[in-house]
Amino acid sequence: MKAGVIVFPGSNCDIDAYKVLEKLNVEVKYIWHDEKIDDEDLIVLPGGFSYGDYLRCGAIARFAKALENINEHIEKGKLVLGICNGFQILTELKALPGALLRNKNLNFICSDCNLIVENTDTPFTNLFKKGDIVNFPIAHGEGNYYIDDEGLGELIKNNQIVFRYQNNPNGSVADIAGIVNKRGNVLGMMPHPERAQDKLLGGEDGLVFFKSVIAYFKEV
Amino acid sequence: MNRYEKVGLTKEEYKRIVEGLNREPNDLELSMFGVLWSEHCSYKNSRALLKLFNTKGERVLQGPGENAGAVDIGDDLAVVFKIESHNHPSALEPYQGAATGVGGILRDIFTMGARPIANLNSIRFGHLNDERNKRLLKGVVNGIGNYGNSVGIPTVAGETVFDDCYSDNPLVNAMSVGIIRKDKLKRAIAQGVGNSVILVGHTTGRDGIGGASFASCNLTEESEAMRSAVQVGDPFMEKLLLEACLELMDKEYVVAVQDLGAAGLTSSSCEMALRGGCGIKIDVSKVVTREENMLPEEIMISESQERMLFVVKKGYEEEILKVFKKWNLNAAVIGEIIDDKNLTVTAGDKVVGCVPVELLGDGAKATLRSYRRPKYLDELHLDIDSLKRVEDLNDALIKVLKSENIASKEWVYRQYDYMVRTNTIVRPGGDAAVVAVEGTDKALSLTVDCNSRYCYLDPYEGAKIAVCEAARNIAATGATPIAITDCLNFANPEDEEVYYTFRQAILGITEASKVLNTPVVSGNVSFYNESNKTRIYPTPTIGMVGLLEDKNKACTIDFKELGDSVILVGETLNEIGGSEYLKVIYGKVLGSAPRCYPEIEKNTIECLTKLIKEGLIQSAHDVSEGGMIVALCECAFKNEIGVEVNVKTSLREDIFLFSESQGRFILSAKKEYVDEIITEFKRYGVLAEVIGETKGSKIEVNINGTRVIDKSICDLKRVWEEELQCIMD
Repeated sequence: MKAGVIVFPGSNCDIDAYKVLEKLNVEVKYIWHDEKIDDEDLIVLPGGFSYGDYLRCGAIARFAKALENINEHIEKGKLVLGICNGFQILTELKALPGALLRNKNLNFICSDCNLIVENTDTPFTNLFKKGDIVNFPIAHGEGNYYIDDEGLGELIKNNQIVFRYQNNPNGSVADIAGIVNKRGNVLGMMPHPERAQDKLLGGEDGLVFFKSVIAYFKEV
Repeated sequence: MNRYEKVGLTKEEYKRIVEGLNREPNDLELSMFGVLWSEHCSYKNSRALLKLFNTKGERVLQGPGENAGAVDIGDDLAVVFKIESHNHPSALEPYQGAATGVGGILRDIFTMGARPIANLNSIRFGHLNDERNKRLLKGVVNGIGNYGNSVGIPTVAGETVFDDCYSDNPLVNAMSVGIIRKDKLKRAIAQGVGNSVILVGHTTGRDGIGGASFASCNLTEESEAMRSAVQVGDPFMEKLLLEACLELMDKEYVVAVQDLGAAGLTSSSCEMALRGGCGIKIDVSKVVTREENMLPEEIMISESQERMLFVVKKGYEEEILKVFKKWNLNAAVIGEIIDDKNLTVTAGDKVVGCVPVELLGDGAKATLRSYRRPKYLDELHLDIDSLKRVEDLNDALIKVLKSENIASKEWVYRQYDYMVRTNTIVRPGGDAAVVAVEGTDKALSLTVDCNSRYCYLDPYEGAKIAVCEAARNIAATGATPIAITDCLNFANPEDEEVYYTFRQAILGITEASKVLNTPVVSGNVSFYNESNKTRIYPTPTIGMVGLLEDKNKACTIDFKELGDSVILVGETLNEIGGSEYLKVIYGKVLGSAPRCYPEIEKNTIECLTKLIKEGLIQSAHDVSEGGMIVALCECAFKNEIGVEVNVKTSLREDIFLFSESQGRFILSAKKEYVDEIITEFKRYGVLAEVIGETKGSKIEVNINGTRVIDKSICDLKRVWEEELQCIMD
């Protein structure tokens, strides 16, 4: 399996995503925003503030050269993971439904965060059990997931909700922390599994997450 | 108003300029003198005393005088760090003031070639019953958070302090810490006649003009009109500048790099030339400006943020321009190094100003001002026996836990991304943060500290305490303190009484840092923190760095298991002067500051770090504001592990609980190690005794057989946790 972490100007969790993949012996490289993606099996859109995010978060990043072929990539069934700013970019790209608004308390929130694993039938969560509680930290100012009732109905019907917050920190609709597209190969989530990669740093639930991706490719 | 007064210079200073130049300066030249000879840039009122600091040590690679200090941490690495104030701007425009404070200190670190790995801050405000103070706190925290979070450097530790003396003069001190291979340390020394001077980063605008002069006078009603002296920050630009600069730093053709801070292009070019003993020529028409028709003097003193000045070997200019282009940043060759020791400013071919670098950069006379012991120091007597005994100490404890200074600061630090880059081992909320050093087994322990109330009661003792308390915070994580940076926040130095407190604080820092072997390697002075109504307490904030050889051994303050012994290290004395208890319960700031004995602190720290390294200690917490009882609560809160304490003392119960005697720790340890721990402390000449054990889910204290505290952790924790959040949200 080959992975690529896209680096936008202003990305700042690129290193953390790279680090965890390297730790798990995945062949991983950085992809600068004006390069093109190649045949990577997993593309990570990392956290941060792409292009400063002075407009809506992710609104500029979706025009990056590195994302020109992203839809073809998705159609081919390759995996795309958007974490935090990456999730925001995926909604701007319409690769995932809904939008991310400012946190309900209007402040940035950095904290540990317990999530409930809702869907284990995805390439990203196949090593979890449904109902598992995992701790992935959050660090965002605009992570309040919004979708209209109809859209929410669709998400539920298609089993697209992957993670829910145990204690909703930001006002997200239906406690949603992470969702996949219908096909299940694009995951967007506000919490940071790449930060939960070491007991010394407060936990390693994130390793199970990334090992799921590795396991998925072993089976494929 | 005379033309020299308009730029903040005195008649005497103007005379010296005219003598030095042998003519009257033109407007551009005068503006440059105005900003560079301001207190903010020249340190004219502090330089003579700052010489007293001990700045040498076996680990010191770079002491004061550069953009930041650097200290050897082994493995061929150096830690680079500095603290700086951004007080005046934050008083007017809290968000931008604080944000640009973070930006400025970050640039000081990567100017040295180091990659910033952590930020810290010390912020002080008036009490939150005033809406204005709430607005200031909110703005400052947003500013620090947004800037640091966007650049992607974790903000890992800090202190938030409230006192009426900061109502008109909030303090915002920002510290940054970076890591570099020690042979790659860059210094800002301009050299090599003919080498090119390149300005990179953001465009140059009219923002922040006169910022340095503005920071060099008291805040008054008129200050509001100087809002335009506050700079505007762009963290995205900073992130790009950081990455682009670090990409170039180890290139052999980069001779020197200096960030543009106060007084902008004038100070950066002048300082670099001064260090190199050369001259520098700058063509302002080459500077990329944000606005049209900017005057040469505006370009020279603009404090637009996110800019750096490079000196590059002739012929390598394209290499620099290429990298900055990749990062979509401006870069323009604006001048060259010359051999006549002048700063020459041209606009195209026309010379618009020319002054000797030495006169401009070093001509502001260092004055040793006269000082006088303040009268108020004789009016601080406190008769402890006259304090009416509190009926229920449980209520007193709740009041103290709710005090803004003691209550949990989670509302503040959860707005900072303290985890980005995945190296944060010990997070905010403890004694010091611990951050792993990538590629090694080591970690750095980081803290900022100052109890300014003690400094008000006794500036010498208070400053000693600031250093020793910082060292204790570091030691509680298991790390050895190695060096400090200081941010000296004071009122108007032209006042003899203020200058006395300034001098005493410097003596106190020097004394403690000598004993603890933590030399001062960088720092900053901020004067004129006073308004017509109030004057801040002397506030010498200490930023300290400690080294932990094995990051896996990092210790935290939280009790770990039931059935552990709880040990009090150090002596509890009849010291309630300047305490939080005295302020909260009796509304007084009186008495003597607690005594501080750096030699004993040194032994305690050595012994504690040794025991932590040997794995004998489960948790360690420094006893500070709120005394032993608050320290016990803080140890208990996170894991909700209770404690029962039984002690005998001849002190009044409330004083025993809330005394802020120095040199103390609360430890917990497995029972089988207790004898060894007590014996070891004894060997170091330090008192340590078992006072109880972790048990249940209550905080219970029995003094001389009487139960004086009996409360469930949940009740206490709720009060402590919710106070600040309730006020702010």
